[in-house]
Amino acid sequence: MHRIRSLGGLLLLALALAASACASSTSSSSAAAPSSVAPAFPTTIEAANGPLTLETMPTKIVSLSPTATEMLFAVGAGDQVAAVDSYSDYPAEAPTTDIAAYEPNVEAIAAYQPDLVVYTYDPGDLQKSLDKLHIPALMQPAAVTIDDVYAQLLQTGQVTGHETEAQAQVDDLQAQVAAVVADVGDAGAGMTYYYELDDTYYSLTSETFVGNLLGQLGLTNIADEAKGASSGYPQLSAEYIVAADPDLILLADTKCCGQDAASVANRPGWGGLKAVMHDGVVELDDDIASRWGPRIVQLLEQVGQAVKAQAAA
Amino acid sequence: MKHASQLESAPLTQERARPPAPRARRRAVRWTVVGVAVLFVSVLIGLFAGAVRIPPMSILGWMVGDGNLTEQQRAILAQLRLPRVVLAGLVGAALSVSGCAYQAAFRNPLADPYLLGSAAGAGLGATIVIVLGAAEAPFALPAAAFLGALMGVGLAYLMASTRAAGRTSTSLLLGGVAVASFLTAVQTYVQQRNTSDLREVYAFILGRLGTGGWHEVLLALPWVVLASAVLLASRRLLEVLSLGDLEAASLGAHVARDRAIVVIAASLATAAAVAVAGLIGFVGLIVPHAVRMATGASHRLVVGLSLLFGASFLILCDVLARTVVAPGELPIGVITAMIGAPFFAFVLRRSGGAR
Repeated sequence: MHRIRSLGGLLLLALALAASACASSTSSSSAAAPSSVAPAFPTTIEAANGPLTLETMPTKIVSLSPTATEMLFAVGAGDQVAAVDSYSDYPAEAPTTDIAAYEPNVEAIAAYQPDLVVYTYDPGDLQKSLDKLHIPALMQPAAVTIDDVYAQLLQTGQVTGHETEAQAQVDDLQAQVAAVVADVGDAGAGMTYYYELDDTYYSLTSETFVGNLLGQLGLTNIADEAKGASSGYPQLSAEYIVAADPDLILLADTKCCGQDAASVANRPGWGGLKAVMHDGVVELDDDIASRWGPRIVQLLEQVGQAVKAQAAA
Repeated sequence: MKHASQLESAPLTQERARPPAPRARRRAVRWTVVGVAVLFVSVLIGLFAGAVRIPPMSILGWMVGDGNLTEQQRAILAQLRLPRVVLAGLVGAALSVSGCAYQAAFRNPLADPYLLGSAAGAGLGATIVIVLGAAEAPFALPAAAFLGALMGVGLAYLMASTRAAGRTSTSLLLGGVAVASFLTAVQTYVQQRNTSDLREVYAFILGRLGTGGWHEVLLALPWVVLASAVLLASRRLLEVLSLGDLEAASLGAHVARDRAIVVIAASLATAAAVAVAGLIGFVGLIVPHAVRMATGASHRLVVGLSLLFGASFLILCDVLARTVVAPGELPIGVITAMIGAPFFAFVLRRSGGAR
């Protein structure tokens, strides 16, 4: 299914390339990965958790992050993955185990005799414990910008010996993002949105990864008014959301909290909102929206479609 | 029953040892008037303050039936701000009056409404419903929290009613502690097995007024009114119970039965509050003490004043929660603790630590 999608994306890319000048992005990314042919191992990279040296190509990787899992499979290293954490539910062929990413049991990880562990979050002494067991570990922290996504994809390619595929993935993603942005054009200019993380109105500002991504469509985020409230993830007052009357309400709590357009319309005081009355409530997939893997382009596409629909209405 | 009130005031100041009748009555009236006035002002402040600025004059106009509000401002006031103020008042009153009742019934100044396992029970009930994915069904979450809270207290009662111990206040307290630990452990286990629901569980446990509407008000109102009426009617009983089991029995009280009435009523109010607002700490603990220390009044009067001042306290805390970082919000529990603790210390110092 997603293969077809990316084929469609490639077509869009061709169109976009013809229409706009995207040459800069492709050339800069090919410069980022100088050698995609030479045998890559042993290799040493500078990771978020320090230098990491891999003597041979890892073949028993344990991923403790759904995003890392998606990236590993996206760059073609799926066969080298031995186990993934309990949240890693995509792609379907990922070997999901009940290892808990937030409270990883190092013994359970070691049981897979991994030659590489990829994680996002160290709740305390994960890194230390892995060091003691001489298990190489790669930390890939949450992305802040889309460039971080590209960098992590390339890094994933490098440590798994799939640099060429990773580079192709990045090129593909960049082209798809550019295509969506070009397709939306300036339809999003002056349009406001409210991004909902849960049904107690936690939201995110433009400083966050998703906010950053959606900013590429020219949208204005109503949560930016609450910037001082927290590190990018403020809880908004219901009355402020109602008064701001955003053009789009983006629900990233359809799975966690069962919210949809109907439940939003039923909230007291929300019935008269522009977004509610003019089909501006967009039901996102929580999982895609909370990961910074290759599927972010689907999120961008979905919001892009909604922006175009609102602009046309 | 009559001599009980004299007994109670015995260890206190000279002033209070005097014949109580007219003076105590005047004081009761005075403080009740103050309490009502403070509540009225709190409600007004609650209505005036918010993330969205609406001119106070227009709000006053709206309250008396006319005014030049826009459709949107009217929706904000009628469907978001007013129900939230009412809900905060209701929850604050419920927690405070329950705290007052628990403190008297267990003769324990550290007793709060969550003591007997109602918080843990509500947390478990809510977690189970959320994990089962049934939380979106109407009333499922509050109903589960309500039943969970009552189950917690019920279990504490069962544990305490061994033949050897009888239902003394100590055995009930210990039973409550054991039940709370056990239910919390079960809740944590269920939560750990379903970490994808973590956010929703925490949203419940942290306490929230921000999403409350008239629905929640209507859900909680009957229980809070019923429980408050029972507790107000039992205010003399509370005073007797606060003397201790033996003393109360010597005064002719049916200690176990009377305590059961008080605890059941307080637990109903707590369960209703927890069901609609999650767990909001500190209110039930400090409001009764603050009222008692500020007024020097006996349990009899403190019951009613806790209702009034508890409502005001939570309304004002919620005003802070929704204005300090507006248009963002702060968790209400953070405010109640941050305002409550220093305020408590202030009252404690001023009153010289009188109980």
